Amino acid sequence: MPTSLVDADSLLAIDVGSVTTRAFMFDVVDGRYRFLAAGSAATTANAPFSDVGEGIREALENLQVITGKVLVGGDERLIIPSTLDGSGVDMVAATISAGPPLKVVLVGLLEDVSLESARHLASTTYVRVVETLSLNDRKKTETRIDSILRLRPDLVLMTGGTDGGASQSVLKLLEAVGLANYWLPQENRFEVLYAGNQQLEDEVRATFGRLGPLHIAPNVQPELGVERLEGAKVQLADIFRIIRSRQLTGVRELDNWSGGGLLPTATSFGRVIRFLSQVYDSAKGVLGVDIGASATTLAAGFAGQLVQAVYPHLGLGHGATGILHQATVSEIKRWLHVDLAEDDIRHYIYNKALYPNGVPETHEDLAIEQVMARMAMRLALRGSSPNFPPQNLRYGPEFLPHFEPIVATGSVLTRAPNLGQTVLMLLDGLQPTGVTTLVLDQNHISPALGVTAAVNPLLAAQILESNTFQNLGTIISPIGDAKPGTPVLRVRMSIEGGSETTVDVKQGSIEVLKFPQGQEAQLSLTPLQRYDIGMGGPGRGGRLRVRGGALGVIIDARGRPITMPGDPVRRRELIAKWRWVLGC
Amino acid sequence: MLAEITHFLPITAIRRERMLPLPGKVLVRKGQKVSATDAVAEAKLYPEHILLDIARGLGLQNEKADRYLQCKAGMRVAQGDVLAGPVGWTKRVVRSPRGGRVILAGDGKILIELDSTPFELKAGIPGTVIDLRENRGVTIETSGALVQGVWGNGRIDYGLMFALVRSPEDVLTTDRLDVSMRGSVVIGGYCEDVEVLKLAESLPLRGLVLASLNASLLSEAVKMSMPILVLEGFGRLPMNVAAYKLLTTNDKREAAVNAENWDRFKGIRPEIVIPLPATASVKLPREVGYFEAGQQVRILRDPHKGEIGKLIALQTGLNKLSNDVQTKTGVVKLEGGDEVVIALVNCEILE
Repeated sequence: MPTSLVDADSLLAIDVGSVTTRAFMFDVVDGRYRFLAAGSAATTANAPFSDVGEGIREALENLQVITGKVLVGGDERLIIPSTLDGSGVDMVAATISAGPPLKVVLVGLLEDVSLESARHLASTTYVRVVETLSLNDRKKTETRIDSILRLRPDLVLMTGGTDGGASQSVLKLLEAVGLANYWLPQENRFEVLYAGNQQLEDEVRATFGRLGPLHIAPNVQPELGVERLEGAKVQLADIFRIIRSRQLTGVRELDNWSGGGLLPTATSFGRVIRFLSQVYDSAKGVLGVDIGASATTLAAGFAGQLVQAVYPHLGLGHGATGILHQATVSEIKRWLHVDLAEDDIRHYIYNKALYPNGVPETHEDLAIEQVMARMAMRLALRGSSPNFPPQNLRYGPEFLPHFEPIVATGSVLTRAPNLGQTVLMLLDGLQPTGVTTLVLDQNHISPALGVTAAVNPLLAAQILESNTFQNLGTIISPIGDAKPGTPVLRVRMSIEGGSETTVDVKQGSIEVLKFPQGQEAQLSLTPLQRYDIGMGGPGRGGRLRVRGGALGVIIDARGRPITMPGDPVRRRELIAKWRWVLGC
Repeated sequence: MLAEITHFLPITAIRRERMLPLPGKVLVRKGQKVSATDAVAEAKLYPEHILLDIARGLGLQNEKADRYLQCKAGMRVAQGDVLAGPVGWTKRVVRSPRGGRVILAGDGKILIELDSTPFELKAGIPGTVIDLRENRGVTIETSGALVQGVWGNGRIDYGLMFALVRSPEDVLTTDRLDVSMRGSVVIGGYCEDVEVLKLAESLPLRGLVLASLNASLLSEAVKMSMPILVLEGFGRLPMNVAAYKLLTTNDKREAAVNAENWDRFKGIRPEIVIPLPATASVKLPREVGYFEAGQQVRILRDPHKGEIGKLIALQTGLNKLSNDVQTKTGVVKLEGGDEVVIALVNCEILE
């Protein structure tokens, strides 16, 4: 067993992604936790391996080469805890997103009430909802049984009834679930998560406990209109771990290394965002976006309250074609700075799904891939923003609330040829409002920090404060209604002990004010035309101290939402201009 | 670096597991020869049930109704069989509306699993059953030519191959298909016309192997009852030279087309098997490997998508591609003689 997290010095974090397995080493250097190095290898979850252990071993070998530290002993086992000669690690944190999304059937009393909460719960991890059953569907019990058996889900998620509320109708719905599991052979029975009326717990246990794996979680809607997902989310993450352990060799061992703390990568990513939202400005939220091969994950923390959703159909790997189900090719095309036929774009996306590990080798392919990332973010936000707290939706659900900072990760962002391209993808995809800082998690460390944040916040805090994360720049996004070319914001920037710059930013443009990375600058912001920069209302400005990021201060005055010219030639010229400004 | 392998092999041993997702019945015996379309196992994957409210039918309370049950779990019932009753002077009974098996009887209800046609698991490849797994499935082995694709519409069939493709860049059009091809497996080039698919289905063909397919035809292709297998991908892509040579030189031979969709997690891939007598030296091909100089590779991305060449060197560290993306690279000598630097993740080993 690993030693306690609080006493531990060194930490090995392992993330088994759908394409890449990463191993990260953290240790105490000069009294502070530091990120030391990362090793990676191809994930070996797919056949013929069907064993994540191969990829983990190779990632650890790479990490050993980089750090010069012996992690694996002669017996091929990980050395935990570390020994006096410096070999091994004191604790392990582990996350996983590899493998197909879990097939889930949602069961709830009413479409807009308990089923809606079930949907919110399901969206917090890697699942594909294959069926929903509710009183509204008016299906017979036998039809529901056959439907569940036909789909062979990994999990049935049952909700319904406020605590002390409806019981007979809930039990009637559950009858079909129980009978379906009863029909299946023992080894093929699906997991059942019950998160409904807690007064039925004994009855549910008595009925379902002998029919297959049953998990009971606190009611997701204990009172009408009050949604509480936290307890059920923990159970759901646990079920994900159980199913993956069954499907893939090596997962159980990884879980043992982490002291039973293996989490879905998205859950862990959400935890770090929630943690940050407790540390940072409580008036604003903290946004996290992870564009992975298996899914796009969006996590928004508002003073400790987390709104998170995982979108497997918006991943840039196998699920890449999901973007085409939610957006037309012409919608995708309008973000491209190169002139490509719609068929070429469509075929690129379909071929990308066939070979998800590949990287673009031409400028055109790179452009499409980066536009896919923009679309994944836009579509994910469209799905998530109705769940943001109403008080944070200052400009309405179609506008991003104020966030500070925005943390982004995912290969498409971290492996872009230059940071200007990364910033432009984020600006186009998220369209931030007010003043925010864009932070890039270049090594995809944040999920590892999420696992540890709950038990060793010091490690998470010290790593987050270190330069492990790349500060891309401060973003100022004025919102208002003026014609393109009209000055909408006056910015005066005074660099500590240096020059002073004043610039009038025009509607429709992007301006970059560069100053040395790490240095501090004073910004004086004066909105014109009653534009709103999130400093107290339309026309209100103020002073701001900022630290120099990779691109300095970026004023994105393209409006919200960004509207593109209809004429394709003008549109491409405009995008080319924005790219030039950001040094893409 | 770990690499995927695609097989375009003129002669190889081929071994495939065919397993049911739920327990069922294995229909073949060890050592039995099977064709690609033979059912090797069956199971009830899509059962149909009926839940009868006996209490209501008899006009009694649940507990009281249970006393009149005339069936119990596991019992087979035929249409019209009395399941419960008689009750009262009218001799009320509940009869089975259809034949089936009683799953549960009690609490005033009877759940019957209705008789239905079981799902048949096809062999997928012609060969010999070399192993059985009780209630689950079989392992089949054969020898022959193997050509693997990238997409399939989920169907399986076999027939004589008819190589319509005249060059790797060929486009398959309706005027190339005629009734003389009925019952055969047609090897075509790129298909962009839905009428080609419709005509092929109406002839009918036993299979259609395409170099590439316009993605707008996918929804139509999945509806077709004949197997459609795509070798290269979507959009106008020429057939790779290795597959072209292999398929055209085996024209008029019997071929099995297993157009199952590619599932890397389960290790299932669409493929064409042309059964050929084994020689002593044939052995099972590798499924994964590591990149090494000297290997034949296929390039998966533009600007050399679909081209085949020899990996002549693995470069150290990360290198910049023409679009400035940094990645691990190798030098590939293309068939035309040009040497190009390619991202290794954009290559697959051809064996």
